[in-house]
Amino acid sequence: MEKVHQKEAFGLAAKDNSGVLSPFRFTRRETGEKDVRFKVLFCGICHSDLHMVKNEWGMSTYPLVPGHEIVGVVTEVGAKVTKFKTGEKVGVGCLVSSCGSCDSCTEGMENYCPKSIQTYGFKYYDDTITYGGYSDHMVCDEGFIIRIPDNLPLDAAAPLLCAGITVYSPMKYHGLDKPGMHIGVVGLGGLGHVGVKFAKAMGTKVTVISTSERKRDEAINRLGADAFLVSRDPKQIKDAMGTMDGIIDTVSATHSLLPLLGLLKHKGKLVMVGAPEKPLELPVMPLIFERKMVMGSMIGGIKETQEMIDMAGKHNITADIELISADYVNTAMERLEKADVRYRFVIDVANTLKPNPNL
Amino acid sequence: MVDRNKAFGWAANDESGVLSPFHFSRRENCENDVTVKILFCGVCHSDLHTIKNHWGISRYPVVPGHEIVGIATKVGKNVTKFKEGDRVGVGVIIGSCESCESCNQDLENYCPKVVFTYNSRSSDGTRNQGGYSDVIVVDRRFVLSIPDGLPSDAAAPLLCAGITVYSPMKYYGMAEEPGKHLGVNGLGGLGHIAVKIGKAFGLRVTVMSRSSEKEREAIDRLGADSFLVTMDSQKMKDAVGTMDFIIDTVSAEHALLPLFSLLKVSGKLVTLGLPEKPLELPIFPLVLGRKMVGGSQIGGMKETQEMLEFCAKHNIVADIELIKMSDINSAMDRLAKSDVRYRFVIDVANSLVTDSSAEILEEHVDHGVSITSRF
Repeated sequence: MEKVHQKEAFGLAAKDNSGVLSPFRFTRRETGEKDVRFKVLFCGICHSDLHMVKNEWGMSTYPLVPGHEIVGVVTEVGAKVTKFKTGEKVGVGCLVSSCGSCDSCTEGMENYCPKSIQTYGFKYYDDTITYGGYSDHMVCDEGFIIRIPDNLPLDAAAPLLCAGITVYSPMKYHGLDKPGMHIGVVGLGGLGHVGVKFAKAMGTKVTVISTSERKRDEAINRLGADAFLVSRDPKQIKDAMGTMDGIIDTVSATHSLLPLLGLLKHKGKLVMVGAPEKPLELPVMPLIFERKMVMGSMIGGIKETQEMIDMAGKHNITADIELISADYVNTAMERLEKADVRYRFVIDVANTLKPNPNL
Repeated sequence: MVDRNKAFGWAANDESGVLSPFHFSRRENCENDVTVKILFCGVCHSDLHTIKNHWGISRYPVVPGHEIVGIATKVGKNVTKFKEGDRVGVGVIIGSCESCESCNQDLENYCPKVVFTYNSRSSDGTRNQGGYSDVIVVDRRFVLSIPDGLPSDAAAPLLCAGITVYSPMKYYGMAEEPGKHLGVNGLGGLGHIAVKIGKAFGLRVTVMSRSSEKEREAIDRLGADSFLVTMDSQKMKDAVGTMDFIIDTVSAEHALLPLFSLLKVSGKLVTLGLPEKPLELPIFPLVLGRKMVGGSQIGGMKETQEMLEFCAKHNIVADIELIKMSDINSAMDRLAKSDVRYRFVIDVANSLVTDSSAEILEEHVDHGVSITSRF
């Protein structure tokens, strides 16, 4: 067992780029004066976890304990912690620290701080690597802890800490949150389904844009989308040309931007939150002749994440989840790779993650 | 059917793009019209693209030219803003539907029924010819007043190049952020005016170019604060994450990734050049840095007038090389090689001479059907 800190911990780690997760014992630091320590109850499985365990982005170090959609109950707070107390329901998303002094940090956009430290797989100040929420407990600086509204079920709230903020942040920043606007959501997966719910709660009209008819019924009858359009059907695209104020594109596979740009009204905004690895073709004419824009966004700042989850509490927005036990995690990863989940796996950590006595 | 009057200009007749004398006609001045005796006309890169049919939409014969300054010689009875003798300008558009959402917001350039000054057709079926000619008749809504203090020749390019950079600079928030850092990629007709307007907005301006050839010009003459050679990888590395905005005027195919890396978090890349093929858009830099790429084209009439007033106030004009009409073909050859500091302007009034001995093409307009015959 790797032993660097004082407090023992256990979780699931990938040991190499096969991405297979297995029991792993490690240590976490003592609760510092500004730290909040909490027992992990649930952790969502984000698509980023899959990319990272397989080192698809070329930045993974092993052993890697993923998980950045973490919720639990506070067990201990440091002496200088003012915002949280023992017993409270809290969460941690994708970040556990940032520099605190750059332009991004002072504007509440810790997610764009060049020195931000992600919840797992990143080097911390003490030269150890951060370990994420597929584990029994977390310890984190107070400034990066999110309070979970009382009325939200914790398991279904967990994915909001990444998926939720990822769609919420650009909708607010780019002014796509005004009642009556028409918003398109491309892709109906972890990000997309939450995007539909937030967009509806903001009072916008929502059209889901998907490559197949398969999810039409779900999108409209269960998620509350107003319309559904199959992007491979030229007639459906043509009928919807120039009708959308903004589009949130959650798709990370390579795909064509031209039809999406065509769906936008003049001055419309195409927001990329999925990140295709290879560059896409950018047709310049729609940008120039119709003053349209393509922009990107990545999670959100901490204050904004709290704002997002408070809004979720007010409107009863949660993710649609499939709760799994810890020993199902590798199967879940295989299914996630095939997008075979409605729409987020969440690990029932507290009830099913047990330390392996043989380690 | 409206009466028509003789007009004379130079037109391209095929994709060779060679321009030659051409007789045609303009409509008689109607109640909403301003008739303009053309003094000067700027040579825009779009003129070159059109005469050579680079965009595949050219209809020949075509008289290009949409950076026109002249004198109003006749105004229709409903025209109140202009009178005979006024110095006026005509830019890229001469018509729109005047009733859609864009038109009602003074954004005629985004009207789906916008009519361009040349290589277009008006609702009565006539082909519109541009400003490499002696006269033009334009609806009052699409005529601009040239402010005192702007010389006619050097003001002409503002009517396309000027508004093409001014409009997005305002729209994308560069006009209210003095002290912020603007990169201008490409130092040609658009780029050199973007530098001047950027400085007038109080921005710090860096000119970006593939070679250091234009560095002294950019800094000493145009007033840029610094110069960045985009082929110099060390200098590019040093400039990573330093720019709030980039105006990209380059229409040749080029990589966007290095430009995105120059932007700060939340930085904006505005693309104005019209490449023939789509560009490659790397998504990661947009996502990781909340960056964006947007576009723009010219501007509405109200904003174009505002731009002219702004330029007059700040003494901003184009840097021009005045040429005779008969030099236009060699000017086009030089423009294709970017060999101009930074806009050719045709001295139309002093050099466009009707040459009755030359072989000319004349366009007849008969019941809205265009017939071309050769004399």
